[in-house]
Amino acid sequence: MIHIEKLTKYYDDLCAVDHIDLTVNRGEILGLLGPNGAGKTSTLRMLTGYFLPTSGTIRVKDFSIHQHPKQIKSIMGYLPESAPLYHGMLVYDYLSYVADIRGLGKAKKEERLRKLVTLCGLGHIMHRTIHELSKGLKQRVGLAHAMMSDPEILVLDEPTSGLDPNQIVEIRDIIREIGKEKTVILSTHILPEAEATCDRVVIINKGRIVADGPTETLKHSMDAGGHLFLSLKNAPQGEAIRLLSEIDGVRSVQTVEGANSENLTALKMGCRGGMDLRETIYNAIKQTDWALMEFRQETKSLESIFQELTKEN
Amino acid sequence: MQQVLYIFRKEFKDYFISPIAYFVISIFLLITGWFFFMSFFIYDQAVLRNFFQLLPLIFSFVIPAVTMRLFSEEMNVGSYETLLTLPVTTREIIIGKFLAGTAFIAAMLIPTLSYPVFISFMGDLDWGPVFGGYIGAICLGGAFCAVGLFASSLTRNQIIAFILGMIICFFLTAVDKMLFFFPREIVSLISYLGAGTHFENIAKGIVDTRDLIYFLSVVFVALFATGLVMEEKK
Repeated sequence: MIHIEKLTKYYDDLCAVDHIDLTVNRGEILGLLGPNGAGKTSTLRMLTGYFLPTSGTIRVKDFSIHQHPKQIKSIMGYLPESAPLYHGMLVYDYLSYVADIRGLGKAKKEERLRKLVTLCGLGHIMHRTIHELSKGLKQRVGLAHAMMSDPEILVLDEPTSGLDPNQIVEIRDIIREIGKEKTVILSTHILPEAEATCDRVVIINKGRIVADGPTETLKHSMDAGGHLFLSLKNAPQGEAIRLLSEIDGVRSVQTVEGANSENLTALKMGCRGGMDLRETIYNAIKQTDWALMEFRQETKSLESIFQELTKEN
Repeated sequence: MQQVLYIFRKEFKDYFISPIAYFVISIFLLITGWFFFMSFFIYDQAVLRNFFQLLPLIFSFVIPAVTMRLFSEEMNVGSYETLLTLPVTTREIIIGKFLAGTAFIAAMLIPTLSYPVFISFMGDLDWGPVFGGYIGAICLGGAFCAVGLFASSLTRNQIIAFILGMIICFFLTAVDKMLFFFPREIVSLISYLGAGTHFENIAKGIVDTRDLIYFLSVVFVALFATGLVMEEKK
């Protein structure tokens, strides 16, 4: 659907996007992750034709951003960060203006407006001016704006930033609903959001792609050297550590600060890459008369992967 | 073409949504009315010449105020990003905005039509120069609008856009009255650049293609430069 090759953007001397290659398939919900200033917005702006790339190519279907910007824009809906809309206009006037520019035609416009009003929950604010709206409502109007022509590709730049938790859930539901049939690209620096909504995650840092893969795979591939947590009752600390360290494949055993009490020992175990030792450990503990109170494996959250990949050096 | 029409319609409506339009129109009518009728009864002639003579100067203050928001505001609010990522080209945006500005100037001139009607009751008014005057006023308004639009594309600060536009318009208005500052060799060129003489020619009732071409070129150059500025921003 979308092919990006060696995409580069310089603002004077500052390199915002540095030779990015990316292919987005039809029907994917792609999350673009990165710290502030990583080049997410710049990438999206080039994709939507707001900026021209310094070098590199973007192809959407059979169109190139240099030769057919208008065709690309007409199959793409874009919601810029914090939904900068014409603040003096009424919501209805604004959406109807967007529909006109998108060439919807009178009959289709009415039908589409009705549908979007229900989908985005705008029924009660159609007659209000945009600047009166709260941030969440504005975001919803922006979402309706982006979806006006029922575009094949939807690009959302930080769609949930600055919203309250309920609104975030609402917007996410809408995105997932759309994502069933459309290609959605969204940028965010909120990791749980990417985990919750996206099929695939691309992490960029300093203008380069540092990780790219389906959300699940990405989490598992980084699992090498994961941790196990367990807490034991009636187990002398020293003895427990000794027993567990002897198990083949265990790299380290540490007590967890602050979680130990009189007869409770909490331990964190590091295992060598790729080994699942849960069964062995369980069997070892079964031999003793200790009680196993808690036993869990920590899969790395996207958060820790993200931190690892994007921290300085 | 359709897109130009939609943008034109939206921008033109926008003027009347905010109170600024009514404010600018009132100020314009107050100033022109005051200066015109102050001397009108002294001359005791049924002519509008004084009214049209004033226009270039008044326009060079009023029009930049009308056009200053066209691009500056959009860039400041960020709505330019939403606009440009709709299926429209920069050229369509510029032409739509330019036409909206010019149409607003035309709307601003409509109430002044009461002057010739009023005068025609008091004396024998020659309608030729009046028609010429209004055609000239639209040409001049269009040219200044294009200049104002260019100024607006340069900055996201509306005040700076206003001042820049005013400086350029004022220069165009006044330059042919300051010819003695320039070396003899370029005097004819400079006097051609001045908007005042071209406007006065048309306002006399002589609609000459040379003057029309002048205004069209100003519009074209200013809009083209606006296009370059907006493309450069990409």
